[in-house]
Amino acid sequence: MVEQTVAATNAIVTLDVPIPQVIWGWMITLNMWAKSIGTGVVFVGAYLLARYSNVVGEKVKIWMPIISFVFLNIFLLFTLLDLHQPFRMWHIFFYPHFTSAITVGAWMATLFTGIIFVMSLIVVKKYILKKECKLENLYDPLFKFAVVLAIPVTMYTATIMGESTARELWQTPAELIQMLLAALLCGSAVFLLIGGTWSYEVKRDLAIILGSSAFLSFTIYMGEYYFGHMKAEEVAAIIAYVKDNGVYHSLFWAGQWIAFIIPMALVYFSLKNRNGSLLYLASFSAIVGLYITKHVWLIIPQLLPLS
Amino acid sequence: MKLGFLVDLNLCMGCKGCEVACKVENQVPLHSWRLRVKYVDVGVYPETKRTYTPLRCNHCEDAPCERICPVSALHYLENGIVNIDKERCIGCAGCMMACPYGAIYMDPVTNTADKCTYCAHRIASEMMPACVVACPVEANIFGDIEDPTSHISRYIMAHQKDGGVKVRKPEKNTHPKHFYVGGGEVQLNPLASKREEGYNLFNNITHLDHIGGH
Repeated sequence: MVEQTVAATNAIVTLDVPIPQVIWGWMITLNMWAKSIGTGVVFVGAYLLARYSNVVGEKVKIWMPIISFVFLNIFLLFTLLDLHQPFRMWHIFFYPHFTSAITVGAWMATLFTGIIFVMSLIVVKKYILKKECKLENLYDPLFKFAVVLAIPVTMYTATIMGESTARELWQTPAELIQMLLAALLCGSAVFLLIGGTWSYEVKRDLAIILGSSAFLSFTIYMGEYYFGHMKAEEVAAIIAYVKDNGVYHSLFWAGQWIAFIIPMALVYFSLKNRNGSLLYLASFSAIVGLYITKHVWLIIPQLLPLS
Repeated sequence: MKLGFLVDLNLCMGCKGCEVACKVENQVPLHSWRLRVKYVDVGVYPETKRTYTPLRCNHCEDAPCERICPVSALHYLENGIVNIDKERCIGCAGCMMACPYGAIYMDPVTNTADKCTYCAHRIASEMMPACVVACPVEANIFGDIEDPTSHISRYIMAHQKDGGVKVRKPEKNTHPKHFYVGGGEVQLNPLASKREEGYNLFNNITHLDHIGGH
């Protein structure tokens, strides 16, 4: 690796312009985090409706689109606010460039949010306002379409990260899986938090989804952390920086513990003791920790000078 | 026609004439640079050497900035230049995340992305880019790399045989059309040198705070 030559050459930059620091900051983290919840509840909601429709049916049918709609709007709002020219957002629809994952994602996310909006309208009118809704028959076909569309909507951010050629740390295949796992983690955590009196069997299934997602996600992060340096000198430099006991070292490990390790342990003890109460803490921990984990992973490659 | 650029680092003396000419020609705002000359000192006193490296957009044939731009604000011209339409740019900064050379900046005045265009407006009037004209030692060489008789093609040919023509980060597969003669890792690879507080000659700011409208 070329940075190993610095000790010999003593090469040091003595005059340069200040280099930009973080370009995509906390708003993009919030974007990814909120989208994970917005699509995750659709995936996990679909599972619950398929397997436990009689037990959880109405609650999932009501809260799934409402929670999804709220978090999709947080995701879209902060995506818009992060633009330096937010009033030109319409250019994406009138001058689209389809090699860009940003364009494809924006189109799909808009369509997805529209579907979830109609589903939310139906449940608000039918279940909350207790009025007859003419669109009621649309709920099930829209839901099927939403589940399919949720897959690319969840994953397209990974493709944006892959297209960010300057940031070698983000590789599309691994990030695609990470995005799906984050959605499953959040989706199961949200339903565990709102599940209330659901039976142990339902909570057990949600706990297994939560624990498995946490385990797989943690495994990929550990793979990057301990073996990532082999694939590119830029990744080696980033990982070396994180390992150097700075702020991001602490944040990285805080994220791993809060998002994955603690929830995995709590899920284990919960399943072992057939005790559902620990799962509230596991769910809250996973949702909070995921924000920290995503934020660290977003920021660290941006700290590397590119030129 | 494919326009290309070559800098002979053996000739460059770090006068920053190109940097100033670019600033003036393109009215580049404060805190922003389309072209800059980086100084890297090598060795330990008294065995030291200072190197100078002009850095600008590489006008890649497979430009990641063009690919990621959601509204085609970044686009190719027929002559190979990667140009930018500031009226169309939405300021998503995707191009800044994609460019492996850190060549794109967010213009603090217009809140849109901007970068070197090889002075496309001057080329349209059959003039050379401002930095080429300003260079006192003709270290900047510009021309059609598809024409074997052009100055740049002959320069590349003359230095090709000893492996002396390089591009930055070839492993990124961006196929840059900006070449360097006489450059080594220290000049062309940012990881081959340290950036330490207090070592800059005139400027103690190593990192720029976030610029833009939010």
